Amino acid sequence: MQTVKMVVTGPFNSGKTAFIQSVSEIDVVSTERKISTEAERIKETTTVAMDFGRITVDDDLVLYLFGTPGQKRFDFMWEILAEGMLGFVVMVDSARPETFREARGILQTFRAYAPTPYVVAANKQDLDDAWEVEDLRIALGLDSKIKMLPCVANDKGKVKSVLLELLFSILEESKE
Amino acid sequence: MALKGNLRDFNVTQLLNLINIAQKTGTLTVEGPDAISWVSFRAGKLIYAQMGNEDGSLTGILTRAGKITSKQADVIKENATEKSDQGLGLLLINAGYLSQQVILGSIQQYALDIVYQLFTWIDGLFRFDNDVLPPADAITIRMDLENIIMEGSRQTQEWELLKDEIPSLDMALTFVDRPGADIRDVQLTVEEWKVVSYINPKNTLKQIAKTNKMNDLEIRRIVYGLVQAGLVEIIRPEGMPLPPKAKKLPPVDKKQQASLVNKLIHRIRSL
Repeated sequence: MQTVKMVVTGPFNSGKTAFIQSVSEIDVVSTERKISTEAERIKETTTVAMDFGRITVDDDLVLYLFGTPGQKRFDFMWEILAEGMLGFVVMVDSARPETFREARGILQTFRAYAPTPYVVAANKQDLDDAWEVEDLRIALGLDSKIKMLPCVANDKGKVKSVLLELLFSILEESKE
Repeated sequence: MALKGNLRDFNVTQLLNLINIAQKTGTLTVEGPDAISWVSFRAGKLIYAQMGNEDGSLTGILTRAGKITSKQADVIKENATEKSDQGLGLLLINAGYLSQQVILGSIQQYALDIVYQLFTWIDGLFRFDNDVLPPADAITIRMDLENIIMEGSRQTQEWELLKDEIPSLDMALTFVDRPGADIRDVQLTVEEWKVVSYINPKNTLKQIAKTNKMNDLEIRRIVYGLVQAGLVEIIRPEGMPLPPKAKKLPPVDKKQQASLVNKLIHRIRSL
């Protein structure tokens, strides 16, 4: 049995867990805990170690999706999760500009861990306060060559599109 | 869709950079600590600005600029109650009281003063409304944002922001190949020209700073301005080794990997 993995990363509350849940064939093995820090209490629980979803391809191949913990104090987990990944998705909450700088930092950190293909998912595009994808691209300082995709993490179709774009990038790279 | 937030998270320099690069048309509303400001843009150019309850009418602007006295302003208002700013401007030009250059120059300076004031606001809600423009009878101007962004960046003292935007001085700079982005059109200080003259993919920021005897804060502030004005971009210097390739799970064989990825694509499509 061969296993491959892709990592879903991004700031706190950017929608990583929901993203994985949308496509995983198993209930996501989640390590969510109640939030203890007052400043981060914009949702009830958060991921403290990693989320873990699975998509079985055939009898010989399984894809694992790992979601990184969003809170900064768990960033020691990132390097471990990044090791051996096929590619990664950076989730950005399109409606919270206060997280854009952190998203850019996370992106740079992951690129340093592993120069594998990646895409940026502009999540929560269904919210009224969401920034447009191209505005987000400029705000994050992303080159036009980097794939930046609209996303709604609990919309399976949108999540599939993001994963497919990442896989197309990986395929392109394997042809080079 | 909205473009809104707080200046704490996305400052005025960054907002102007976005409006400039995206060539936006619309009005930026900023609610500062003591006032509210409206700044309008057309295709990424500054065209109009208004601050709170200030008298932003043509007579108000000309009085503030010292082009007419308060007494003259009162007489003009009395005699031209029905006239819009555009009509009034034409009247003043045709009557030979003021030239078009003086009127437009005063309006430009008024708009610039407002935008420069915004650079000092570090907290406040902002919102950009696409396609919302000043009244049709207002006199609008047309100013490139590059110079304005450079001026705003010169006032930046936030070390944390500069370090965040330019984390490493081991990087190099290259000029941006973007229509309308011509560094020769921008008014740079001597210090900024010194940096620009050394822009080359082989020169790191550290080397440029050392050659020009600049400290970390000075070089970062100048580079931040040039980047935000959309004139240069930060690149990996020529000859700098790439980070080591990550360990990948097998198969490492490219053909095998392509086959594996194709299987994954097929599976994801079928979900």
